Amino acid sequence: MNKNIKLLQGNEACVEGALAAGMEFFAGYPITPSTEIAEISAQKLPAIGGHFIQMEDEIAGMAATLGGSLTGKKSMTATSGPGFSLKQENIGYGCIAEIPCVIVNVQRGGPSTGLPTSPAQSDIMQAKWGTHGDHPVIALYPNSVQEIFTTTVDAFNMAEKYRTPVILLLDEIIGHMREKIDLSIVDSLEIIDRKRPSCTPEEYKAYQADEDLIPPMADFGSGYRYHVTGLMHDETGFPSNNSKVAHQLMHRLMDKIDKNVEDIVKYEEYMLEDAEIAFVAFGATSRAAKEAIDNLRKKGIKIGLFRPITIWPSPQKQLLALSEKVNTIIVAEMNMGQYTYEVERIAAKNCNVEFYGRVDGQPINPDELMKFAEEVLL
Amino acid sequence: MGMPKKVFVNKEWCKGCGICVAFCPKNVLELKNGLIDIARPEDCIKCGQCELRCPDYAIFLKEAPENE
Amino acid sequence: MQSELVQKYLREDRLPHIWCPGCGHGVIMHAVIRAIDNLKLDPEKVCIVSGIGCSSRASGYMNFNTLHTTHGRALAFATGVKMSQPDLHVIVLTGDGDTSAIGGNHLIHAARRNIDITTITFNNNIYGMTGGQYSPTTPYMDFGTTAPYGNIDNSFDLCDLAKGAGASYVGRATAYHAVQLAKIIESAISNKGFSFVEAVSSCPTYYGRKNKKGDAVNMMKTLKDMYVDIKIAEKKPELADGKIIFGELYNNPQDEYTDKYQKIIDMLKKEN
Repeated sequence: MNKNIKLLQGNEACVEGALAAGMEFFAGYPITPSTEIAEISAQKLPAIGGHFIQMEDEIAGMAATLGGSLTGKKSMTATSGPGFSLKQENIGYGCIAEIPCVIVNVQRGGPSTGLPTSPAQSDIMQAKWGTHGDHPVIALYPNSVQEIFTTTVDAFNMAEKYRTPVILLLDEIIGHMREKIDLSIVDSLEIIDRKRPSCTPEEYKAYQADEDLIPPMADFGSGYRYHVTGLMHDETGFPSNNSKVAHQLMHRLMDKIDKNVEDIVKYEEYMLEDAEIAFVAFGATSRAAKEAIDNLRKKGIKIGLFRPITIWPSPQKQLLALSEKVNTIIVAEMNMGQYTYEVERIAAKNCNVEFYGRVDGQPINPDELMKFAEEVLL
Repeated sequence: MGMPKKVFVNKEWCKGCGICVAFCPKNVLELKNGLIDIARPEDCIKCGQCELRCPDYAIFLKEAPENE
Repeated sequence: MQSELVQKYLREDRLPHIWCPGCGHGVIMHAVIRAIDNLKLDPEKVCIVSGIGCSSRASGYMNFNTLHTTHGRALAFATGVKMSQPDLHVIVLTGDGDTSAIGGNHLIHAARRNIDITTITFNNNIYGMTGGQYSPTTPYMDFGTTAPYGNIDNSFDLCDLAKGAGASYVGRATAYHAVQLAKIIESAISNKGFSFVEAVSSCPTYYGRKNKKGDAVNMMKTLKDMYVDIKIAEKKPELADGKIIFGELYNNPQDEYTDKYQKIIDMLKKEN
């Protein structure tokens, strides 16, 4: 029997991935359907000398996560829709102050308290536009227990590499689903740690970026005293109202993501070689889409799936290429057409873009996707 | 033993609030053109009340040679 | 030229500060660095965390590990810093609105945990940065730009609030009583647990003007007259009639939060 093969829940795999990536600090607040992530972190972190804290609210959970990361500890928090809304101001703080961390959002139906125990994919746009002001965003969305593990590692790696909060989107289905997972990959994982300063403390300018647009980050308490603020700041880290400084900082924050899209964008293509029609789907819905595709293929319909794993920044180049190849793209998502906007923006000039979704708390099933695809083909 | 202390002012930081003038027990200080001035240095007893309550760190005691 | 203390602990190139003429905040920040100096804390191991508002600009002027956070959230950020790096001396500098309105929840819970963070609230009884709106510490029927007919809210006694929530050290002093203020801050930092200091400030620009309290000097004199040392009040209660008590109000050391967590880590280490 292979000891590395385990049966894990999605939320559990998320914690295992975080620990494999080097998580040492978790601050959060209980919320369905993400709570297992906090519970398992509470159990496992002290055993490795790490720290867990249950904060008084979601806002504090986000703030403490950022505080933990500033001391050099890889930090994570987990939530669902209502908590994700509450965390938004401090996610923006993490973006402008360039503090690496991972925010897991196990999506449920909304708005407001909505459908706490039912799945949805309705925070796709909140992941991009949730906090005020323009800001860089990386959001990832796996679709299996195995992939939750590896994508959580990717989320930490990207957070550390690009000095930015990374949002890991799950949904109630994959968060609570139990599946086989092979943990033998742990030994071969690439783990990235944030770049730390190599200069002396006297020379250190906390927000002076290297050529890769990322400033080296010193741990609080390590001998590099510096200032961190949510105000617009120059390369020293101190506040500035200077319009040139604001322009430069804003552009660097966006450029450090935009110029690395090739590295950040992850996706899966399924049966697209000869496809004339394609689903675009992610998370739990992409699993239903695959089954629908298998069944439609048996009927002779040339259909495939493009599955973005990196939701933001969107895989623009790949979606554009897809739009040049197929006649129709069906965006299937458990919301009222959020990612459809993005796919339309990229693809609508080249092909027909259709939306299929539901917001009744029920997962999208293969049968309804088959039926919808066949209707579109008529 | 260190050198004796003397009162110094940094007019660039003074905002002219007058707190040091009001709480100097020996009436050493005055506002001149809206900024702090050591009008009667010979009366200063180096108590440090001015430094203690100056919100702007514009007046303070510091060790200095007698002739400075 | 600056005083040795200013040279040692403040970022001279960031001064003069943005506070208005006669604002008590500068006096309080001075008391904080005197306390740190008296305790001989290693500046590399001091982390100053602030929120948003006039008071919270202090972090930028202080030459330590400094974190100027979002409005009300200084204590939540500070909790993350302290929890993940317990050897840091974490000091939160905040205002009355920051700590007891938008940040009130974080205040009571940090106090409840008795986590080793010293919180110093610069209480000027008003929202200064936004131009003089009433805060949770604006006295009843005083005026603010959002209380043009008088403030009908009851005000918080911040020290009672912190004590009630579980702080193990509580003290109060004013910008006028700057010597005592530094001593209280020193004791607060020395307490291994959650310490709360109400540093009573004065805002001549907004609170003073709106409430006809006179200029900066007059407001400083009011602090002198209105507040009485707890030691005097205990000996001669009649001298405290109608006045506010300052000094060390509560000192009851309790097991500290990160220490308790460390015990869990140690226990798990032994088991494995």
